[in-house]
Amino acid sequence: MIGIGHYLAVGAVLFTLGVLGIFINRKNIIVILMSVELILLAVNINFVAFSVFLGDLVGQIFAMFVLTVAAGEAAIGLAILVIYFRKRGTIAVDDVRQMRG
Amino acid sequence: MIQAAVFYLFAAVVVLSGLMVILAKNPVHSVLWLILAFFNAAGLFLVIGAEFVAMILVIVYVGAVAVLFLFVVMMLDIDFTSLRAGFSRYLPFGALLGLVLAVELVTVGFFWEFGDLALQARAAPAPGANAGLSNTQAIGTILYTDYVFIFQLAGMVLLTAMIGAIVLTLRQRPGVKRQNVAAQNARTPETSIAVTRPKVGAGVDTDGGVK
Repeated sequence: MIGIGHYLAVGAVLFTLGVLGIFINRKNIIVILMSVELILLAVNINFVAFSVFLGDLVGQIFAMFVLTVAAGEAAIGLAILVIYFRKRGTIAVDDVRQMRG
Repeated sequence: MIQAAVFYLFAAVVVLSGLMVILAKNPVHSVLWLILAFFNAAGLFLVIGAEFVAMILVIVYVGAVAVLFLFVVMMLDIDFTSLRAGFSRYLPFGALLGLVLAVELVTVGFFWEFGDLALQARAAPAPGANAGLSNTQAIGTILYTDYVFIFQLAGMVLLTAMIGAIVLTLRQRPGVKRQNVAAQNARTPETSIAVTRPKVGAGVDTDGGVK
């Protein structure tokens, strides 16, 4: 029988893959954004698993809000990426010194 | 039994495609693997009966987010080979760190048990099968009542993201002729028509007359 531990394990592995993706693709911001989506997907898996196995619907409600924020984040991130590419002609983010912050 | 088999199938594919997202050389392939991962995560949700979130996942992620990624990857002319420099340099350290993180998280996940406190603190206990409500109906009954303000807030977040994306990517190119509707509507006969009486065969002198 599938318990909550199985779902938490899948979520943990996906989360780790997302973090690893940020580590090893440090120049390619598109893959970094996709890794962030993977991390949010892992979080959603945890939310839904807890929601179902605890019998509390709020987890699924919250998973939908996480989904909303993820969609907005992807839109804004890609918009910033587009204007950055327009200005620089590349998307290598290891030398972002435009803002000198 | 069949539930376990389906779970392991979806879980294996979602982990494999997650791995391919971060390892694929071509970002277009990464996006396609990401779509596969989302589909299989939706399958994982279906296995435990969270069908509404599963369908939302397919619609929002596959239908909107992944297509947005695909658009950007395909429309920008990016040299992806130069972006992979340093990939093998970061891989051993990243893999080590990831392994430690994964082992810890999986250990925590498998030795988890609900305490009495968590069971008593449930905010919206799911109605059982005898209540006659499907998962979608049950979510609808609390999403539009108890959580309606947060629902509206999510709409505001999306509106802000939409306006932000439009404002960021909007640009006015210099040297391009555009239609100015306000200027067109502001024209009157006095400012745009001139009545002249040209002599036969002389033509119209446009220097001072016709506007």
